[in-house]
Amino acid sequence: MDKPHAIIIGAGFTGVATAHDLALRGFDVTVVERGPIANGTSGRTHGLLHSGGRYAVKDQESAIECIDENMILRKIVPQVIEPNGGLFIALTESDLEYGEQFIEGCEACHIPIEELKPQQALKLEPNLNPRLLAAFTIPDGTFDPLRLALSFAATAKSNGARFHLYTEVEGLLLDGQGNVVGVKTWDRKTNQRGELRADIVVNATGAWAGEITEMAGASVPVKPTPGIMVAYDQRLCQRAINRLCPPSDGDIILPQRRMMVVGTTSFEVTDLDYVPVIEEQIELMLERGAEMVPGIRQAKVRGVYMATRPLIGAGVTGRSIARTFKCYDHKASDNVDGLVTITGGKATTLRAMAEATANMVCAKLGVTAQCSTKDTPLLSYRQFYALP
Amino acid sequence: MINEWKITLKIYRQKGQEPPHYDTFELEVNPDEYVLDAIERVWAFRDRSLTFAHACHHSTCGACGMRVNDVEKLTCITPIRSVVANGGVLKVDPMRNFPVVSDLVVDLGSLYQRMDQVGHRSVLPLGEEPAPHPAAAPAPEDLQALRLADCIECGLCISACPVATTTPAYLGPAVLAGAQQHGLNGDLKLLELVDSDSGVWRCHSAFECTAVCPSNVDPARRIMDLRRQVIGARIARFFGRG
Repeated sequence: MDKPHAIIIGAGFTGVATAHDLALRGFDVTVVERGPIANGTSGRTHGLLHSGGRYAVKDQESAIECIDENMILRKIVPQVIEPNGGLFIALTESDLEYGEQFIEGCEACHIPIEELKPQQALKLEPNLNPRLLAAFTIPDGTFDPLRLALSFAATAKSNGARFHLYTEVEGLLLDGQGNVVGVKTWDRKTNQRGELRADIVVNATGAWAGEITEMAGASVPVKPTPGIMVAYDQRLCQRAINRLCPPSDGDIILPQRRMMVVGTTSFEVTDLDYVPVIEEQIELMLERGAEMVPGIRQAKVRGVYMATRPLIGAGVTGRSIARTFKCYDHKASDNVDGLVTITGGKATTLRAMAEATANMVCAKLGVTAQCSTKDTPLLSYRQFYALP
Repeated sequence: MINEWKITLKIYRQKGQEPPHYDTFELEVNPDEYVLDAIERVWAFRDRSLTFAHACHHSTCGACGMRVNDVEKLTCITPIRSVVANGGVLKVDPMRNFPVVSDLVVDLGSLYQRMDQVGHRSVLPLGEEPAPHPAAAPAPEDLQALRLADCIECGLCISACPVATTTPAYLGPAVLAGAQQHGLNGDLKLLELVDSDSGVWRCHSAFECTAVCPSNVDPARRIMDLRRQVIGARIARFFGRG
């Protein structure tokens, strides 16, 4: 039998990781992406390799996904990761109270933490607010977003996956019964229209997932929820510095290369293709960031940008939505066969999202190959350009 | 965000084998936004066929290098007010010395392949590429912690290099700086690669690379240092110690 052909729409984190997983399982894979690799939400992540600590109190399913995937990514793609850990720091009495739940939550989610005395924390990170009351070490890290995506894409390519970049999906090809059998494409590099057929189409467009399902008369409950990120021109900490408090605006500072990034906020939008920066939020990031690392006030803003999370939820909003991911078989939800959507989740869980998606695709097509991405080291991100 | 300025974006366009031309777009902008934001806005609201490369929007990925009013810039961290006045024209071209894929997108494949070839490490100990701010010095126990390298492989230095314009065989500033970061350390294959017509001796010390580098790599200084390493290796070989 010929290899089954899967088209993946989107070359963000989920798309490239799914391409890698399906290519390893013997699929013929074609990725169609309207821009370059990781040009949407994925590229614009703050780059935290989550330990799960941020979700250990209220969203333990996400927290466990994060810590498990964190450990796997450190093994399979060390070439894009700063593996230096993180701290959660308390600055107020209410932070300390939250600390009690934090300790319990981390234990429940098998996230290894260690309490430090304020002096110990300041010895590790001399630029922390000297008035800190408590600190916990945690296995956070940071990654380069584009290079993480490229590493998955490069490995997929080495296993035969094809990438059509700058190629927009303008419509879906349907059979007589409304089932999806392929995509209509517009190659923006050459201005040419075309069609691609496949046994299965995977919608891995994250916050944009609704635009693709609409083409098939199907739907997904995705709430595009942007947040701001502000990059500063100094690296005043070597670890991810988290505020010991419930998820909130400006609760994290991430070192990367010679910079720090402070994030983030959370609000909803309808127009996703261009989300303008809200200036008041820049000031808010400085205020909140300077509470943890006062020296940020002497640093210069290097860049400001917005990224749009693909949160899944109906009814609830913003911070209270779980950060886990979900695969949808549109045969089950909308009686449209041939289309699967993967959305939600986080950069850190990209591999697990791909595994779940590939499992669903394999089950639908009767393919028995098992997932092997946990133990497959990824190629250098540079190979994406070197491979034909 | 207040769009208080009016500017004209003049953007290089090229599709397939068609001859290139410029398209102009009148745009209301906030001068504190970045050049990349203006370009993305043209794509979002004016012309969906425009292609340009970008990913991180904060200078860690190196995808969005372009020529802005004929100077190499990482467009995601280039504020509009730093390169044009209200009512002015902002000309955007793809980088030089790389093949154009479409519009503002170039093929950086040769750069990435060569960076692998010279063994440039994408992640290295904190102590090896020290930060310029004294406040940012890592605690002594952190010196062996790892961080992502300074070079973001954006290609701006190669676009700006007058020697790279004369021959595609020249390895170019980023690659030679990558070799210097790796260090020769008795690596004869690497020595042969950089001690050649296409290597360190081709550089004319124009220092354009260092002028446009957005990421503190200072390729020109590294090329000069690599020359010293090459000469040291030659002398060592002459005395049979290399």
